[in-house]
Amino acid sequence: MNAPTYNFAYLDEQTKRMIRRAILKAIAIPGYQVPFASREMPMPYGWGTGGVQVTAAILGPDDVLKVIDQGADDTTNAVSIRKFFQRVAGIGTTTSTGDATIIQTRHRIPEQPLHEGQVLVYQVPIPEPLRFLEPRETETRKMHALEEYGLMHVKLYEDIARNGHIATTYAYPVKVEGRYVMDPSPTPKFDNPKMHMSAALQLFGAGREKRIYALPPHTEVVSLDFEDHPFEVQRFDKPCALCGAEQVYLDEVVLDDRGGRMFVCSDTDHCETRRANGFFGEMAEGGHDAQTSPLRGGRTEGPGGGEDGTNIPPPLTPPLKGEGNLSRPVAGVGSCKTSETSSFDCVAQAEGTPPGRTSSGHPPLKGEGSR
Amino acid sequence: MPPVLVVSRLAKTFTMHLRGGIELPVIANAAFALHPGTCAVLGGPSGVGKSSILKMLYGNYAASSGRILVRHRGGEVDLVTAEPRTILDLRRETIGYVSQFLRVVPRVGALDIVAEPLVERGTDRRDAARRAGDLLARLNLPERLWSLPPATFSGGEQQRVNIARGFITDHPILLLDEPTASLDAANRAVVVEMIAEKKRAGVALLGIFHDVEVRNAVADVVIDVAGFAPDRKAA
Amino acid sequence: MNEFPLLSVRSVTKTYGARIGCADVNFDVWPGEVLAVVGESGSGKTTLLNCISTRLEPTAGTVSYRMRDGEMRDLYRLGEAERRFLLRTDWGFVHQNPADGLRMTVSAGANVGERLMAIGDRHYGRIRDTATDWLGRVEIGADRIDDQPRAFSGGMRQRLQIARNLVTAPRLVFMDEPTGGLDVSVQARLLDLLRGLVHDLGLAVIIVTHDLAVARLLSHRMMVMKDGRVVEHGLTDRLLDDPRAPYTQLLVSSILQV
Repeated sequence: MNAPTYNFAYLDEQTKRMIRRAILKAIAIPGYQVPFASREMPMPYGWGTGGVQVTAAILGPDDVLKVIDQGADDTTNAVSIRKFFQRVAGIGTTTSTGDATIIQTRHRIPEQPLHEGQVLVYQVPIPEPLRFLEPRETETRKMHALEEYGLMHVKLYEDIARNGHIATTYAYPVKVEGRYVMDPSPTPKFDNPKMHMSAALQLFGAGREKRIYALPPHTEVVSLDFEDHPFEVQRFDKPCALCGAEQVYLDEVVLDDRGGRMFVCSDTDHCETRRANGFFGEMAEGGHDAQTSPLRGGRTEGPGGGEDGTNIPPPLTPPLKGEGNLSRPVAGVGSCKTSETSSFDCVAQAEGTPPGRTSSGHPPLKGEGSR
Repeated sequence: MPPVLVVSRLAKTFTMHLRGGIELPVIANAAFALHPGTCAVLGGPSGVGKSSILKMLYGNYAASSGRILVRHRGGEVDLVTAEPRTILDLRRETIGYVSQFLRVVPRVGALDIVAEPLVERGTDRRDAARRAGDLLARLNLPERLWSLPPATFSGGEQQRVNIARGFITDHPILLLDEPTASLDAANRAVVVEMIAEKKRAGVALLGIFHDVEVRNAVADVVIDVAGFAPDRKAA
Repeated sequence: MNEFPLLSVRSVTKTYGARIGCADVNFDVWPGEVLAVVGESGSGKTTLLNCISTRLEPTAGTVSYRMRDGEMRDLYRLGEAERRFLLRTDWGFVHQNPADGLRMTVSAGANVGERLMAIGDRHYGRIRDTATDWLGRVEIGADRIDDQPRAFSGGMRQRLQIARNLVTAPRLVFMDEPTGGLDVSVQARLLDLLRGLVHDLGLAVIIVTHDLAVARLLSHRMMVMKDGRVVEHGLTDRLLDDPRAPYTQLLVSSILQV
């Protein structure tokens, strides 16, 4: 009934200018955390206020926005933010990675390689990679300034000493252009290589901590490691149960209370696109098609699955239909997280980042409630 | 042979600040020289300042005036005016000292205490330990004690550790402060023999020996310290 | 004898308004030499230690240090990066309270390895081997390498702090009452250990202590401070056996004999 009283993309122009200046500085000094005057947003801290402000500052009327949370377009957080920008900016939205000009993300990088002209906006809970061992901000700033990064390796050393390998599975620290050590936000380390030399512009916004940092296109991003314990990404034993994709990041889905589970693409758009193109995994509806799938070579056997899996519960039927459909029960953030924990995990959880996509009780946007 | 150490017009006065700053002169106008291959003995009644002279020669006490010229590393050093680190170097290279009592270092075994001066001068640890063992055996210290810290040893046992530590090096000057005080006759004889060996090796020795027998056995020269007594009225 | 001092302190003064922290302090420290700074609390010895270790800028005077390339540099004209690099490679600082010098929430191995990683060692196995070796040298069992110092006794923590400092083979180590909070028997063990390490590594040490027995056992030279000024300075055994300044005589005569 009332016309929207918001400025385009919610923030006033002065604020957007301020944020853009911070973004420009961040792009000029890749990996360096630029302080900015973070604003109150109509959502609680920890729900992406940093990313939302960055997106609001760079959004134009012709932009097409995609929002993902843990790789999915259909989770509460993603849906809310997408709706928010539809309402306050009237821009177009999409779930297709290739079609989006701006992708705001929490905890994942899309599987499909990004192309030039795209911007990936990360929501960041704790921007300071040194924070875990050095609580003083004055000291961490000095350490960045003087490139004193030995402490990062102390963290990795502890990991190996405790677990026999580097057990940090997400928020895995990287060095940018051989200079600044950066926290890639709680993305799984699986995604770290995607940041390296990416054609897209990557922007990181931390609302509560009031920091913005950036990776310009084609920036060198190297994950820290030891010579005798080199950086490795997670491997999955099985392909996606729905689309049969390999070398993608999988989520574990608990199917029942009898130990039934499946592994599916964390990137829902990737999964759906593959299935639309005729690729199917062993548990997909019409899974027999998998035998004719050009990539899968008809492989259906495998541990605990396939035709001999009589004790396997019925395949998960509903392919994801769209927004608001939260039919997939999901355990944990990623399959790795259920078996391995590191102190990074603990801290991130303690920070109050919202739980996985099954989260209920997401508070309604203030804007919505007021209208 | 030219002397290795020459003392001239040496004086020592203690100022007792805690007792109203009274001056206590103990030595005045001391003069003597030490020659290689000879053993000089400081003589005179107890309290006359024999120990003070020895301690000034080791740099442990500061002289009030005078000179103590020492041949050191081919040159000459005046101990009275030398910098602390020169004195430390002098102790490492030129002047050895056997004190009356062993200053016990916690947790260090007797053998290591004896070997330490050699190790400090760069001798291989194993060689130093072997020589330390030889000396302790010669001084009849039971081998079962060698690895133990001497804190719990008897006075005589500690004294023998102390002597071995002082004699293990080949310092050209060796100061001995009553090294035989708490030893039995057999071990006294060993020490007398060891002093004779040092003399044959060309070492200049200066000692305080209350035991007349030992003194007679080792002394080539007796320096009468009573002659250096300050004129107390003038002080 | 080494011809050049490692550290030269000239006319160092630190005042807090009209109050004197330390005044007109001059001395040199040569490689391999242990200097004890003694005095009661409030005598300015800790202020002096902080002034010469670049933790507290003096009001006046200079502190210069011979860098590894042989050049003598004024410490307060070094760039921040250079100064901090010096602090974690060529220098050590042993605090009275080990918690001030350790990372209490990381393992003993990482505490020792941190300096190695800070100077660019990126081989886990090698770092761990070095850490194990150093724990052994300070008499901490290899089986404790993955334990946090929180689980250690006071004496062990102090030994760990020492290992953490010495792993990069520093040439100069500052110690602030290193045996301060420890039981007597633990003190003796630590002193003996320090004595051995100082000798074996040829360390130059500046140690602040109010305990004359510690000074006697560890140091070659001693400096007695009172009201921010040096009242006497010389060979340790000479100062203790033949003290000449009134205050030193008082200090020495106040030692309890056992």
